[in-house]
Amino acid sequence: MIEFEDVTKRYPDGTVAVDKLSLRIPSNQITVFVGPSGCGKTTSLRMINRTIERTSGTISIDGDDINGKDAVTLRRGIGYVIQNAGLFPHKTVVENVATVPKLIGWDKRKAHSTAMELLERVGLDVKLAERYPAQLSGGQQQRVGVARALAADPAIMLMDEPFSAVDPIVRHQLQEELLRLQRDIGKTIVFVTHDIDEAIKLGDNVAVLRVGGKLAQFAPPAELLANPADEFVRGFVGQDRGYRALTFVHPEALPVKPLPDELALQDGVPLGWRNGSEELLPVGSVFKRGDSLRAALDAVLTSPTGCGVCVDDNGKAVGVIDQATVAEALRS
Amino acid sequence: MTWIGDNLGLIWEQLREHLYLAIVPVILGLIIAVPLGYVATRYAWLANPLIAFGGVLYSLPSIALFIVIPAVLGTKVLSTVNIIVALTIYTVSLLIRNVIDGLRSVPPDVRQSAIAVGYGALHRVIAVDLPIAVPVIFTGLRVVTVANISMVSVGAVIGIGGLGELFTLGFQKDFLTPVVVGVVLSLALALIADLILVTLQRVLTPWARVATPVAEVA
Repeated sequence: MIEFEDVTKRYPDGTVAVDKLSLRIPSNQITVFVGPSGCGKTTSLRMINRTIERTSGTISIDGDDINGKDAVTLRRGIGYVIQNAGLFPHKTVVENVATVPKLIGWDKRKAHSTAMELLERVGLDVKLAERYPAQLSGGQQQRVGVARALAADPAIMLMDEPFSAVDPIVRHQLQEELLRLQRDIGKTIVFVTHDIDEAIKLGDNVAVLRVGGKLAQFAPPAELLANPADEFVRGFVGQDRGYRALTFVHPEALPVKPLPDELALQDGVPLGWRNGSEELLPVGSVFKRGDSLRAALDAVLTSPTGCGVCVDDNGKAVGVIDQATVAEALRS
Repeated sequence: MTWIGDNLGLIWEQLREHLYLAIVPVILGLIIAVPLGYVATRYAWLANPLIAFGGVLYSLPSIALFIVIPAVLGTKVLSTVNIIVALTIYTVSLLIRNVIDGLRSVPPDVRQSAIAVGYGALHRVIAVDLPIAVPVIFTGLRVVTVANISMVSVGAVIGIGGLGELFTLGFQKDFLTPVVVGVVLSLALALIADLILVTLQRVLTPWARVATPVAEVA
């Protein structure tokens, strides 16, 4: 657990970046700091590894004040990922990943083999290991950044807007991979973003900060959407928070109807809708059993026939739902 | 041509002296300029005055320097130390700008992540900042090396000038061959030195030859 107690950061010119912040960041979960620019979210994050020193208050990790040991030692035990990855341009991918293990004195062979394992773990082709960062795409660099942060198996990983410089498709992939990875590794992750959607998607808990470095609300995302603490949070989570809240509604058994004849299939995978002409109409988005109501509603809304297609884990169609089914689920 | 054959020993001696007088200041200058440049990036207010001071030093006429140094250091007028000190001053004054620019070329997010992964201050400079600064530092190193090789000849005026002494010899005897030999050899020396530096740079910075140069990322 990382605990902030009355933490304030005031710069010499008098600007207050963080104002008496108190919160408890639970272990083995993702906690997201979100807010507009100037809300002190990055400053708060960077005070944890002391790359920014706080003015007053205490920050402790598992009960130990972080000022109790030297800053360099502290940092080696905390993974750190930033926007644009910040990879060392003069080191190969595998050398980048092996940085912290080498700093803490692992032998070269162990550092190298650990780095190779991590590259695979974050979904990178090991053939990229001997390349230099400039030869990778933004998304690949960001994966290397995550691998580097995890190399020495730290209990805590800090991520400062890690996915905001990549395009939306890659961002979506990286978010999914982070969630998948987190299910395996269960690190204490503190994640900073200005994007409320990202915060809701990734966070087990979300801290909304307002300009001037004050905590506006600290809650799990579902609660944030259902019960915003005040006008600021309500405004920040956006107009369509009702729709977003559906992300957290998981109807146990949405009754699906048998597949209609109009749905063209190939080996069970939906291809499109027949409408009499040669060309098939697009399927629309699909959802899986157990997905959120948001995914199911989206499938209905994007289907040209008003029937959302439900698929299994292999992408094969198992049934459809219509607007009435979703409306029924919304009422319950 | 017979002059060359008769004086191979002399030519060889002057060539060695020339190389020594040109290269030692480059090495000394680098040793001085790197820490100085680092200090200037830590205390940013120092950078511009240092660069300006370097410019002033570089504009001092070399002959004046060759003559003033013995008076200041108390060395003999005919000591090689005078040339080495003078050329070291030129080297530092020129290299300081490249060292500062080179260290400034380290992208801020790279520096930030170097701190965050747990490099100590000195270790970071050696393992991250300086390697990234190598291309910019080498640009200066090449200029200063060639400049030094040409400048050594001026020392002939005060009697220690490597290949430059072949010029004075030729002029005194109104005889062209030693002058041509001196010119050709200093030119060859400059070309070879530059080639060695380019090769060394390529070996040191395999990463700089791929896709995007660091400067564009920054």
